[in-house]
Amino acid sequence: MNPKIETKVINLHYGSFHALKGISMTIYANTVTALIGPSGCGKSTYLRLFNRMNDLIDNIQISGQVLVDGEDIYARNVRVDDLRKKVGMVFQKPNPFPKTIYENVAYGLRVNGISDKKFIEERVVTSLQQAALWEEVKDKLKKSAFELSGGQQQRLCIARALAVKPSIVLMDEPASALDPISTAKIEELIYDLKNEYTIVIVTHNMQQAGRVSDHTAFFYMGSLIEFDTTKKIFTNPQNEQTQNYITGRFG
Amino acid sequence: MTHQLSNRISNRKQWAEQIAFWTFRILSFFVVSILIVILGFLIFNGIKAISWDFLTKMPEDGMTKGGIFPAIVGTLCLVLGSILFAFPIGVLSAVYIHEYTKDGWLKKILQQMTNNLAGIPSIVFGLFGMALFVNKLNFGDSILAGSLTLGLMVLPVIIRTTEEALKAVNDTFRHASIALGASKWETTSRVVLPIAFPNIITGMILSIGRVSGETAPILFTVAAYFLPQLPHSIFDQVMALPYHLYVIITSGTNIEESRPIAYGTALVLIVIVLIINLMANALRKFFGKKVKMT
Repeated sequence: MNPKIETKVINLHYGSFHALKGISMTIYANTVTALIGPSGCGKSTYLRLFNRMNDLIDNIQISGQVLVDGEDIYARNVRVDDLRKKVGMVFQKPNPFPKTIYENVAYGLRVNGISDKKFIEERVVTSLQQAALWEEVKDKLKKSAFELSGGQQQRLCIARALAVKPSIVLMDEPASALDPISTAKIEELIYDLKNEYTIVIVTHNMQQAGRVSDHTAFFYMGSLIEFDTTKKIFTNPQNEQTQNYITGRFG
Repeated sequence: MTHQLSNRISNRKQWAEQIAFWTFRILSFFVVSILIVILGFLIFNGIKAISWDFLTKMPEDGMTKGGIFPAIVGTLCLVLGSILFAFPIGVLSAVYIHEYTKDGWLKKILQQMTNNLAGIPSIVFGLFGMALFVNKLNFGDSILAGSLTLGLMVLPVIIRTTEEALKAVNDTFRHASIALGASKWETTSRVVLPIAFPNIITGMILSIGRVSGETAPILFTVAAYFLPQLPHSIFDQVMALPYHLYVIITSGTNIEESRPIAYGTALVLIVIVLIINLMANALRKFFGKKVKMT
């Protein structure tokens, strides 16, 4: 397995709050890695390191190294927009733009300077297919994205992220606002996507982590408590805190 | 005993509720009725003066007869000119303040200064416009000088309403765009502004209302006492409805005889503002539909 993302002794402060405490971890290519832990444990903050979304927050300090494909993404010569093309993101609540379904998927291409109509059309179709949404929307591409159900909107957001051909997709509790059937669809999708993408998913839902991920990392109070294959974390965790969390004794 | 007590309390609560409800209701009716009274008064007194000739002819006989056509054209020119100047500058300033500056002293200063600008009396804008545009920049008494002066006056209105409109755009849209590799400007121009646009139009509507009705800023910068011809360029003077109204009420050649014309002029002014507002509202609806927010 090739390492895709490596973090080395990451420390992150919001003002005086120490949100991530010396985290070192490796995420492997073409796997699904789940980040679990109780609210406020730092798992979302950790996820947002990889596409530098934390940069948007004032008063934040980061030390340590984040390597994506061996390159330090916090180095001075890195162009953040290029990084974000490579590292896509799906958010907690479906957040399609108030544009048509087609334009939602095409958006990432357009802002990256692509104007070839044919190319854009092809990418839109393949992305919607990859996101398992094509059959449901192929006749209403010119309709507003807001006419879709919540689950469809979230798959549209996945298609939107895939359209710019990232190699990593970050998902921040992508199913937490969805009903069980939509959730199942998203999970199936995640499973299919790992052939082509490296996926990092934050989830509150332990069963979900168990179902979709190859590796699981357990965070608690800003520290990485345990990282291993999902199987091992769920059947034979080495740390007592992990054991307690997995079995639902706290969290 | 306790039962009685709770009954009395709930009675009192209901009474208080009723009193509050009726107070609010009467007050809001009162506000609406003021508008209706003003409109009714103007229509009652001014409708006799309104005719095709009144709208399309030049003033005659020391402004006691004839029409107000040049004043209508003048006011429309000033509205258009000032909006063309103030709208882009105001919207872009607001974009800078809201999207680009971080919370801190710079943002505070910019916002405070904008508020201060809004507090300057319009006659002071008139004086400033005369000193800067008419004299220093040598535009003379002209549509250009008047439009710029009026534009300066409504800048804070446009900036504040645009800021509010941008504030109402949910951050999730910005984050989604940025996460796709869009720059700040791409995010602002392609996602944020289209969503905010219908509300930004509200600022424009408010400004148009103010621009078309103000007398003080145009007094020394553009308004002509009597000029029975249409402007040929932006360096010409024009008559304007609010100033024309002032003139025929206070210093016409025959004030009694021109009274009906005064009411007619006021009515036309109000109707023009109403029509422009309706048009702006239609524009607002149009852009609201275009962002497909259903």
